[in-house]
Amino acid sequence: MCLAIPGKVLEINELQGLRAGKVQFAAITRAVRLDLVPEAVVGDYVLVHVGFAISCIDEQEARRTYEILREMGVWEGELPPAEEPPPEHSAP
Amino acid sequence: MKYLDEYRDGALARRIAAEIASISTRPWVLMEICGGQTHTIMRYGIDELLARNVELVHGPGCPVCVTPLETIDKAVALALRPGVILVSYGDMLRVPGSQLDLFRAKAQGADVRIAYSPTEAIKIAHANPDRQVVFLAIGFETTAPANAMAAWDAKRQGLTNFSMLVSHVLVPPAIRSLLSSPHNRIQGFIAPGHVCTIVGYEEYEEISREFRMPMVVGGFEPVDLLEAILMLVRQLEASKACVENQYVRAVSRAGNRVAQRVVNEVFEVADQKWRGIGGIPASGLRFRSEYAAFDANLIFDLAPIATEEPAECISAQVLQGLRKPTDCSAFTTRCTPETPLGAPMVSAEGACAAYYHYRRHNLVALEESK
Repeated sequence: MCLAIPGKVLEINELQGLRAGKVQFAAITRAVRLDLVPEAVVGDYVLVHVGFAISCIDEQEARRTYEILREMGVWEGELPPAEEPPPEHSAP
Repeated sequence: MKYLDEYRDGALARRIAAEIASISTRPWVLMEICGGQTHTIMRYGIDELLARNVELVHGPGCPVCVTPLETIDKAVALALRPGVILVSYGDMLRVPGSQLDLFRAKAQGADVRIAYSPTEAIKIAHANPDRQVVFLAIGFETTAPANAMAAWDAKRQGLTNFSMLVSHVLVPPAIRSLLSSPHNRIQGFIAPGHVCTIVGYEEYEEISREFRMPMVVGGFEPVDLLEAILMLVRQLEASKACVENQYVRAVSRAGNRVAQRVVNEVFEVADQKWRGIGGIPASGLRFRSEYAAFDANLIFDLAPIATEEPAECISAQVLQGLRKPTDCSAFTTRCTPETPLGAPMVSAEGACAAYYHYRRHNLVALEESK
């Protein structure tokens, strides 16, 4: 239930008080409600839960986490290249 | 996929595990609240990787598991009424009710539909104006804003054939209840990252102070969880007790204020029953009076239902971290995901299902490690 998947905002529409848009998760694109993340702009990464973006992913903080992890000694230089199948979008 | 793969790096995970091992002077007992985190731990074998340094106890953070039996029975009764379409998150369909689950009700002719998002339930209501559409709105704080938005949409759009059977639970009262128990063994908590995207972690700071309890808001990937565990062990080894945030890329201290406003407009805090655990004061959400027109309990005049759990099922203790799924005499025999006795065997976040999917072929090793 509390699964939330990161995806990239491709498009934002505001229609009759609703804020929605298209979000890309790996190879697939889905319609997502963006009412709860008014700060999100096209190109941002958001966490999506049951069809609603609930949080913007802070790119700087994400990078900072990588840096801390890198400082811990092991960062193989490359991220795993394999694209996993899309995560369980169908399950809430 | 960006923001996922980086946090699944095996070499990095082993490096963090080695760091945890090198600083641990004794085994620590930590609880991950959220069932999604339980599944990551089991799936990637994090508990086995850290077996000598950390005992991971699994918490009650599985909304499907703690939804009261009465709510399932009410949903089944509603689904069987003529003219009703019952819409639910998919995980709920196999959760055993007293007599039937929603899946069997569907097999008996009830119109039960699975939705990924509450917005789909709204669409179904628009498409079926001559039917009553009831959405089974369960979840923790993570899901509350989406479910609240459904009610908000329905009110704004003037929908008159849409209602919600609400069973919402809140994490902090459950943590307090666990920590107040005389049986408590937990020395540190991994706080649920996605719950905290919504509510932030100020309330967790109060709990941490009150119970002198180390807490780290953690993400859901293996590297996130290992880092959160490392942060907890560092606190414990230094005799510190505060709230730290490992999941900074998604969680801020204040949380998502817009989402909080939506939830507060639609719902108010209420006493709530947790399946397996019992009643916890002020641990749930119910509709505010302004939204009473969408409360399925009122519209259908649903009376309270007396219920009884199967005697053999130990899910109550499993949900409180007191026993492991493998302690249950019915595990993998009389209780499987296809024929579950208790909800934790059904849900994609239930601890019993996690052990079933990732550990049932490894029971000898588990037995030896006890």
